Amino acid sequence: MKQFLTSSIGKKTVMAITGLFLITFLIVHCGINALIFYNDGGKNFNAGAEFMGTNPIIRTMEIVLFLGILLHIYQALMLTLGNSKARPVKYAVNDAKSNSKWYSRSMGLLGTLILMFLIIHLKSFWVISRFTDEITGGHTTLFAKMKESFSADGSFQGLTVVIIYVLAMFSLSYHLLHGFHSAFQTLGLNNKKYTPLIKAVGTGFSIIVPFIFAMMPVSIYMGWIK
Amino acid sequence: MNLTLKIWRQKNAKEAGNLVTYPVKEVSPDMSFLEMFDVLNEQLIQKNEEPIAFDHDCREGICGMCSMYINGRAHGPAQGTTTCQLHMRKFKDGDTIVVEPWRAEAFPVVKDLIVNRSAFDRVISSGGFISVNTGNAKDANNIPIPKDDADNSFAAAACIGCGACVAACKNSSAMLFVSAKVSQLALLPQGRIERESRVLNMVRQMDEEGFGSCTNTGACEAECPKEISVENIARMNREYLMANLKK
Repeated sequence: MKQFLTSSIGKKTVMAITGLFLITFLIVHCGINALIFYNDGGKNFNAGAEFMGTNPIIRTMEIVLFLGILLHIYQALMLTLGNSKARPVKYAVNDAKSNSKWYSRSMGLLGTLILMFLIIHLKSFWVISRFTDEITGGHTTLFAKMKESFSADGSFQGLTVVIIYVLAMFSLSYHLLHGFHSAFQTLGLNNKKYTPLIKAVGTGFSIIVPFIFAMMPVSIYMGWIK
Repeated sequence: MNLTLKIWRQKNAKEAGNLVTYPVKEVSPDMSFLEMFDVLNEQLIQKNEEPIAFDHDCREGICGMCSMYINGRAHGPAQGTTTCQLHMRKFKDGDTIVVEPWRAEAFPVVKDLIVNRSAFDRVISSGGFISVNTGNAKDANNIPIPKDDADNSFAAAACIGCGACVAACKNSSAMLFVSAKVSQLALLPQGRIERESRVLNMVRQMDEEGFGSCTNTGACEAECPKEISVENIARMNREYLMANLKK
């Protein structure tokens, strides 16, 4: 097993498994947060947040999730280092756009943008929920916090935050557009019958999920969610 | 056709190289890319200059020697074509064409456009032999093989080991080459006996040679002159995972 995990294929397998795990997280996160679109003053949304914040299984999975993110980042760094060593002298002219998609060659850049967003995002919501009693102590609710962060209210800051969120969702979308089907290929799941289906589902997922996420701050900013 | 060529000149493996500009006049559109190089080299020899060193052998697209990175693409702009089968009609009069050697840590430049691809040979030999009964020649079709398997194996065996996959890959990964070599045997009953040790040894050798890892960009498949499919890479990943689980 040690030989497997230190081999190039083994490292890629770790990337694929952690990547697919993070995709399942996106489904849960997106599904729960979409409760905001009930537009019921945050009743369902806050109930969802309450469930996620108190359920012991979710709490445990939160630790696994952070380990998954860290492993995905660590392995990506190791692979990128190794890959840059594999070509010490670059081409003077390289017409890469003729043979591959730009986002498939920019997974590191897109991932870094997502990580930068993640730091801002975790600081705004997760840290406050976990390490202060602002939400758990009942001073405010997650819904109120969301409205506070993204509302227009004439302040320029709300707009800046919304733009950062929307741009981050573009990064996520392109990262998934390659990552989703790439994970299956790495795990050896390539088959004439099912690969077109995997690619179609991956493309749909990569557009729909980031779109739903992006609509949350946009809807609050535009005042569609009251 | 009159062309301007910018060609990588490098005396030997140790000295640094650089791009040198050469004008070439009256190139026929029916010439192959290598014939155009022959014309240029004749001119250089007549001027008492060192001709450009480049690899070539069969000049009919089956030996895989003519490694040239032309205008940023392995074997130039044509699909499923080696450099020797690339014709000058693919270019326009007055074009500037940049020609570089394959760039990879595992493929050191020997001279000018020639690289040492013996890393591939070492990967192949690490795969070892297959077990066959010696004696009289067997009847054809003695071992029943599903047509799909035979076709897929044959498609993988079309790999000529030219190294375009490594050259085109942003990570200089050799996964398409190695997976074609693993697949051509793993798909057939004759190759199944050593399938586990073969994939384990070949992947280990591939990593030792300093090739990068696969990020599934598909550049290899797009640039492969034999149009080997990345399905082979998925097959090798499967083979490798299963072999590791058993060992």
